[in-house]
Amino acid sequence: MIVGIIDYGMGNLFSVEQALKGLGCTVILSDDVAELKRADALVLPGVGAFPDAMALLEAKELSDFILNLPDSGTPLLGICLGMQLLYEDSVEGRPTKGLGLLKGSIRRFEGKELRIPHMGWNELEFSQIPEWLKSEQEDTHVYFVHSFLAVDTDPSEVMAAASYGGYEVPGVTGDGLVTGMQFHPEKSGAFGHYLLKQWIAAVRGKRDEEVSSVSGD
Amino acid sequence: MLTKRIVPCLDVKEGRVVKGINFVSLRDAGDPVELAKFYDEQGADELVLLDISASHEGKETMVEVVRTVATELSIPFTVGGGIRTVEDMKRLLRAGADKVSLNTSALDQPELIREGAEFFGSQCIVVAIDAKWNGSSWDVYTHGGRRKTEWDAVEWAKRSTKLGAGELLLTSMDKDGSKDGFDIALTKAVRDAVDVPVIASGGAGKLADFAEVFREADADAALAASVFHYKETSVAEVKGFLKAEGVNVR
Repeated sequence: MIVGIIDYGMGNLFSVEQALKGLGCTVILSDDVAELKRADALVLPGVGAFPDAMALLEAKELSDFILNLPDSGTPLLGICLGMQLLYEDSVEGRPTKGLGLLKGSIRRFEGKELRIPHMGWNELEFSQIPEWLKSEQEDTHVYFVHSFLAVDTDPSEVMAAASYGGYEVPGVTGDGLVTGMQFHPEKSGAFGHYLLKQWIAAVRGKRDEEVSSVSGD
Repeated sequence: MLTKRIVPCLDVKEGRVVKGINFVSLRDAGDPVELAKFYDEQGADELVLLDISASHEGKETMVEVVRTVATELSIPFTVGGGIRTVEDMKRLLRAGADKVSLNTSALDQPELIREGAEFFGSQCIVVAIDAKWNGSSWDVYTHGGRRKTEWDAVEWAKRSTKLGAGELLLTSMDKDGSKDGFDIALTKAVRDAVDVPVIASGGAGKLADFAEVFREADADAALAASVFHYKETSVAEVKGFLKAEGVNVR
């Protein structure tokens, strides 16, 4: 199975790439739409500032490609800044429009006593189990590093959250084929590995289904 | 709620793990990749790899070590030692390190902290502070604790976070190698002065030492090397103990 990592120039993709390879995926690392179209599923990673990321996605004509993924039946996973880009807008730096695949906005953590960034291991509490996940694990600690979070979200699009300084920080989000993870699953030990494994297994299952329905025609 | 982190540290020289006792005697004890994996499996929350190679070849070897560790590890790790330029940072971060730690070079050229933070983000930049009590306050030392600077540790902590450090790795030279507990007064003084996470280092011996530095000094993370390295205790044992003591750990 081929997973495309959208390499638009934001952040270190080495760990994500290694984690996916470890799960038996063939990984394409590219900013070229034609190349990325070969993939069965796409990962949108990212570390850094929201406006820079959106500008790069638009300059490389990747935003239209990403917006079309749900219609073309291709699963998409946004990680960290990559998840934030899936929302409607952000105030990081200057107000910027996002991809708008999920409902909500990206805002900065606020609070006198709050240490920012929200950095370290925090526990996810699931309000609903995403279809791809199948079942929860006992230990749901994951590794977060971020200063901005998703707010005004649609409760049906937030599957798990972590408590931090009075905030319920959306951790696992999504709608249909679109999934977001605010934390770094590739850095989140055994549970992070499990999350990626389940997401990949669901992509694989979906692809096999399509193949068998095509060959059955 | 964020958990308190347990951070084993590996001192690496020419690609091999060693541990300095009071920064002097060194004992060779293994392959950094094997040890990193072992700590990961034991439940370590993060690792620090400190390169103490002097030679150019040693530095090159370290980039390879970082790449292999990044491939094998499923938790974040920081690399420090001899990082003098933004280019050095880039090489290590590209090889898969999550953060780089600056010490001597940050004191020689504080602007390096700002440049690193602007280029990679504050979350990637750790400033390591080696501090020693002088009778009334703590002095900052460089060059592996051999050279005293004009800086007061608390002032330097404030200054480096203002420049963009996203985390401080605070080592008590008085406690390092002593195994009689972390430096609570130093950790608390720095903890109260800055908003970024503080990793307490130096002095870990007993299980109770870890609980003390989290409770008394509100450290965000505790670093230890020799107690884990020579299997006097294990990460799993420390975390089990902390859990029983009511400290929030993973």
